[in-house]
Amino acid sequence: MINPAYKDKMVVVEGSYAVAHSAKTCHPNVISAYPITPQTHIVENLAQFIADGEIPNCEYLNVESEFSAISSLIGAAAVGARTYSATTSQGLLLMHEALFNASGMRFPIIMTIANRAVSAPINIWNDHQDSISQRDTGWIQLYVEDVQEASDTLPQIYKIAEDNEIMLPGMVCMDGFILSHVYEPVVLLEQNLVDNFLPSFHPENMLDPEDPKTFGAFATPDTYEEFRYLQEQAMQKALPKIEAVAKEFEEVFGRFHGGLVDGYMIEDAEIVIMSMGSVLGTVKDVVDQYRAKGEKIGVLKVRSFRPFPKEQIIESIQNAHAVVVLDKNISIGTNEGALFSETKSCLYNSKVRIPLVGYTLGHGGRDIRIESIVKVIEGTKAAAKAGIMVESQFLDLKEELL
Amino acid sequence: MTKVAPKMYLSSGHSGCAGCCDAFAAKFTLMGAGPNCIVVNPTGCLEVMSTPFPLSSWKVPWIHSLFENGGAVASGVEAALKALGKKNDTKVIAIGGDGSTMDIGIGAISGAFERGHDFTYICMDNEAYMNTGIQRSSGTPYDASTTTSPAGKFSFGNPRPKKNMPAIIAAHGSPYVATTSIGFPRDMIRKVKKAIEIVGPTYIHTHSPCTTGWGFDTSKTLEIAKLAVETGLWPMYDMEYGEITQVRRIKDPKPVEEYLRTQKRFKHLFTMEGGEEEIQKIQDTADWNIKHYGLK
Repeated sequence: MINPAYKDKMVVVEGSYAVAHSAKTCHPNVISAYPITPQTHIVENLAQFIADGEIPNCEYLNVESEFSAISSLIGAAAVGARTYSATTSQGLLLMHEALFNASGMRFPIIMTIANRAVSAPINIWNDHQDSISQRDTGWIQLYVEDVQEASDTLPQIYKIAEDNEIMLPGMVCMDGFILSHVYEPVVLLEQNLVDNFLPSFHPENMLDPEDPKTFGAFATPDTYEEFRYLQEQAMQKALPKIEAVAKEFEEVFGRFHGGLVDGYMIEDAEIVIMSMGSVLGTVKDVVDQYRAKGEKIGVLKVRSFRPFPKEQIIESIQNAHAVVVLDKNISIGTNEGALFSETKSCLYNSKVRIPLVGYTLGHGGRDIRIESIVKVIEGTKAAAKAGIMVESQFLDLKEELL
Repeated sequence: MTKVAPKMYLSSGHSGCAGCCDAFAAKFTLMGAGPNCIVVNPTGCLEVMSTPFPLSSWKVPWIHSLFENGGAVASGVEAALKALGKKNDTKVIAIGGDGSTMDIGIGAISGAFERGHDFTYICMDNEAYMNTGIQRSSGTPYDASTTTSPAGKFSFGNPRPKKNMPAIIAAHGSPYVATTSIGFPRDMIRKVKKAIEIVGPTYIHTHSPCTTGWGFDTSKTLEIAKLAVETGLWPMYDMEYGEITQVRRIKDPKPVEEYLRTQKRFKHLFTMEGGEEEIQKIQDTADWNIKHYGLK
């Protein structure tokens, strides 16, 4: 819904343009990218900004692979540059090895992921399998619901990632095509406001001939474990920081998309639907229909998947009669999506005892329709009354294709 | 006149083998480059032996990221220095082994040369994956026995000649490509100095005999390096924009047998039936080099 306060400032642009514009206002020093659908429009727009001289003190590298995109940003960040890239799907998978490396060396590299399914079979449409498969790489992962949030989250994630106590890389995950290629009204970030909100980047450690330092040394069993521990500590420090930065953003820009999580009609909700990304828009529409009938259905949007906000999730769903988790991904061999598995796991040692069911859906861009969400809600209502019949399942399978 | 020893930017005390070729290569590189440089070092013996956390032998800023991304990391270092207005006279140097350069990292290096970054890539070619235990690479010469191309009843060892990496780099339009050898420190230092002063992507391929992997006494590293050059098996030249501008001449080329005999990796050529013919094939390679590069 359009906030009347912004109506005058709003322009209708493609999601990718809004994100590229946002990246521009964050003043990156090195942008490195490789084309892959549906991310390309972001880096095309950035290339045009560079061609028009609109991003000062910035080098744009047309690299020969996504692997080199992330690798060149590792080199750039080591010299103290603010860095940016965008990718998706196979490109993100090709980066996998270097993602661990960027986090291990504590470089706050930022990327936008235009989430897309992975091959085989090859498919260019949206699901979350690409970024969910990177969940253990030590990157902050924020999932956004709409174009405005995709744009607004970039300066936020820079501020979180570059905090001296955190120093971790981060990805803003937006649904490919559904958000990257949609035209909708947004407020393009104002440069003066971003300048107020996001300080320039001055890392404590960098490659400098005046003060030579060694990066990426070899660690034996005597020293290795502590590096992992410190990464985990940094991730834990990111939890309150994500909340704080979302509030600071609201103070400066007047918009709030949630901190770690965001509830919708959740206070008195008996059935809570949890999910991440653009599907939340459809879910909220369905919830509105139920609310109009007087049924207490609510929504919990999970914005931060890494770090995983255990406490906030438990607190948000503890009074529900049943919870259903929608995942656009699957960990094959568990029959579960990642958000479902992790939510279930964080409840185990808590005092909260409520039925939790999961659906894995929308794979390879399959449309998630209102009727499907209704089916999910009805199934969850049944689980609340009579207990769980099926713990986790695929939604909208076409039996005739099996 | 008193001679002052050049300052060393790679400290001793690293865990390289006695007679380690990588230590020579890194030392000569830094003797040419001086302190105002940033070194990118893909995975390999040099990285492992010089940086056991929390120790480091490097007196210049140094980064190791991964095995196959030296070219890309160096690109990013150079781009960032430019963007931040810190490039000035700081030189960006990547230094990797034959595996990371000629095999797994060739894509990233090709990209960096094609994009024209101002940096120097140095390949320390010891002709196999030594850090993982002497496995064959595309730098392994014909008939060398390695752990993954062993000589045996039906094999003389590696069945293929070395990949011509300098020619591949030259094909990118690089302003300066040179081959050198750790057996000729002054030649190598001169070439490093020349390469880093040229704006644009430059390349030095330095032949680096490995005492452990090749099987020779630790005191013989430089001697064997020299023999490779003196037989014509390792031609040393300067190349500018793809044209050879200078070669190191060898007046009386030694027979390749003198070189091959010094190393265990070629031992089978002297014991196996048919070994003589194989040695002749290697001699033919040296003769071709001598003619092709005008070494005499």
